[in-house]
Amino acid sequence: MSDKVIYVMYDDDEVLKDGAKKLVSKGVKINEVFSPFPIHGIDPIIGVKQTRLGIMAFLYGLTGLTVATLGMRYFMVVDWPMNIGGKPNFSYLQNMLAFVPITFEFTVLCAAHGMAITYLLLNKTLPGMPAQNPDPRTTDDKFVMEIRLNENPSMSEGDLDAIIKETGFIEIDKKDIK
Amino acid sequence: MQKEAAIREPLILGHKTYHDVTEDVCRPIEDKAPKMWYILFGIALIIGLYGVGCIMYLLGTGVGVWGLNKTIGWAWDITNFVWWVGIGHAGTLISAVLLLFRQKWRMAINRSAEAMTIFAVFMAGLFPLIHMGRLWVGYWTLPLPNQFGSLWVNFNSPLLWDVFAISTYLSVSLVFWYIGLIPDFATIRDRAKKPVAKKMYSILSFGWSGRAKNWNRFELVSLVLAGLATPLVFSVHSIVSFDFATSVIPGWHTTIFPPYFVAGAVFSGFAMVQTLLLIMRKAMSLEAYIHTKHVEYMNVVIMVTGSIVGTAYITELFISWYSGVEYEAYAFLNRATGPYWWAYWAMMTCNVISPQLMWFRKLRRSLLFTFFISIVVNIGMWFERYVIIVTSLHRDYLPSAWSMHYPSHIDIGVYIGTIGLFFVFFLLFARYFPVLALNEVKTILKGSGQSYKEAPDYHKHH
Repeated sequence: MSDKVIYVMYDDDEVLKDGAKKLVSKGVKINEVFSPFPIHGIDPIIGVKQTRLGIMAFLYGLTGLTVATLGMRYFMVVDWPMNIGGKPNFSYLQNMLAFVPITFEFTVLCAAHGMAITYLLLNKTLPGMPAQNPDPRTTDDKFVMEIRLNENPSMSEGDLDAIIKETGFIEIDKKDIK
Repeated sequence: MQKEAAIREPLILGHKTYHDVTEDVCRPIEDKAPKMWYILFGIALIIGLYGVGCIMYLLGTGVGVWGLNKTIGWAWDITNFVWWVGIGHAGTLISAVLLLFRQKWRMAINRSAEAMTIFAVFMAGLFPLIHMGRLWVGYWTLPLPNQFGSLWVNFNSPLLWDVFAISTYLSVSLVFWYIGLIPDFATIRDRAKKPVAKKMYSILSFGWSGRAKNWNRFELVSLVLAGLATPLVFSVHSIVSFDFATSVIPGWHTTIFPPYFVAGAVFSGFAMVQTLLLIMRKAMSLEAYIHTKHVEYMNVVIMVTGSIVGTAYITELFISWYSGVEYEAYAFLNRATGPYWWAYWAMMTCNVISPQLMWFRKLRRSLLFTFFISIVVNIGMWFERYVIIVTSLHRDYLPSAWSMHYPSHIDIGVYIGTIGLFFVFFLLFARYFPVLALNEVKTILKGSGQSYKEAPDYHKHH
């Protein structure tokens, strides 16, 4: 099914934000926004949900905590208890204090790396991936809104053009996609 | 956008637009390197290679080529290790702790401070590895299933805690740094004209496109990584101090060590940041982004942490007498008046007196004075570790075993070599990487930029 995509370019983040508000209030669905830096407050306007990566980090951290605890219990208590100055070596709990630093470090290690890897995979940003921003200037000082015709079935192209015209853009570009 | 009080000094001077920020940071990368860069790089490389040569000789011959003896089993090697780890503390403090405190001035310095951290931790990690004498069995420090000797590494030992702490710190700092770098690499990629540069930055930028969802995730990941890295900053040097504090050597067996080491680490780290940035801002014409106010903020951190270090020195001196333990008392008396008195007083002068000068507004806003003090502090912090390590060891319980430490030329060569290698890495970073978090700086441009703050409608609400 053929579709048409409209790229509307702005030279200021505030102008884009005000424009997005105006468009959304008229029922236009904005598909995507490309910007050189995070535009604070754009997410609720265009309907981007808050990411749940924080929960993932917590889960990775819990995994690290568990692995470190089980591992050290196995190494130091079950498999090969060491006699260090006659200190109790038969119980994990009585030795626990000595294991706190590594438990902490390993928890942080797993949480940080787990989250970072998930982040890269979710963003599809990996070495060798092609850049997908519509214009090279969106990583410098321009801000682009992407609107698709198919996602706005109630409006014709002419209707959309008329509403977009009121938002103070600097350039507009249309592309047919298959 | 966030407004701030009019009396706050602007963080970005002059009339800058978003595009100017991109230009100012990317131009030094795209232009030909200045002659001075080649000269400095050449010098650093020669010194670094000399250090590598010394390390090769050490590995081929054995740790005996250092000036160690039966009494002093740890000297320059561990001094250098702790010195470098300490320097490596500023970067993550700036990018993590200051992010949690919403300090906007960190954005101009966090990138290069974190690069400095990573390179400093590289240098630090080298010393325990070469001190093994057999570099190639370094992996024995990991808990791997094996068939040699005692079956597992000792999880009760602070030396093993150090292995975990330093490697976690290094790898988490690296990830934190790189996640921030990805959008900036994308900016350079989209500007690049030469095909090789375009290809390289295209790979480095991981195909970043700057979608709204990407930025949403980016902000959360930065925040959570900062939250994770903050306790890490404090834990790493605490654990390094446990290497000493959990032993029973008079002068080392001190409960004050963890906070004292952490404060000292931040103190020396910020001094190194000052040394590097004062040169870099000039060489790369970044005076509008890193200016007197940033230097002043960092000097305040140096003053505060320097005062904590000074208080710790005096506390441990007092406690050595007050404890009534004669060995402890002697260890400290010997530090101040024994054969290593010059090292002790060099440490006291550099670390206790010099940061107090920062109470004077005129001095802490003087770039030349700051540069001078930053060097003094780094010398002082090297002496601190030397004093703690060598003077505590050189006179032990048995007077017949008393000894002195004289560094061999290999000791000196390895140390100077790591400074050379550090600058090789840092110069390569300054040449090919965006030295300023340019896209983050753009987010504070309207709130903290001079021309915006001075505009008549700045205090009107939209």
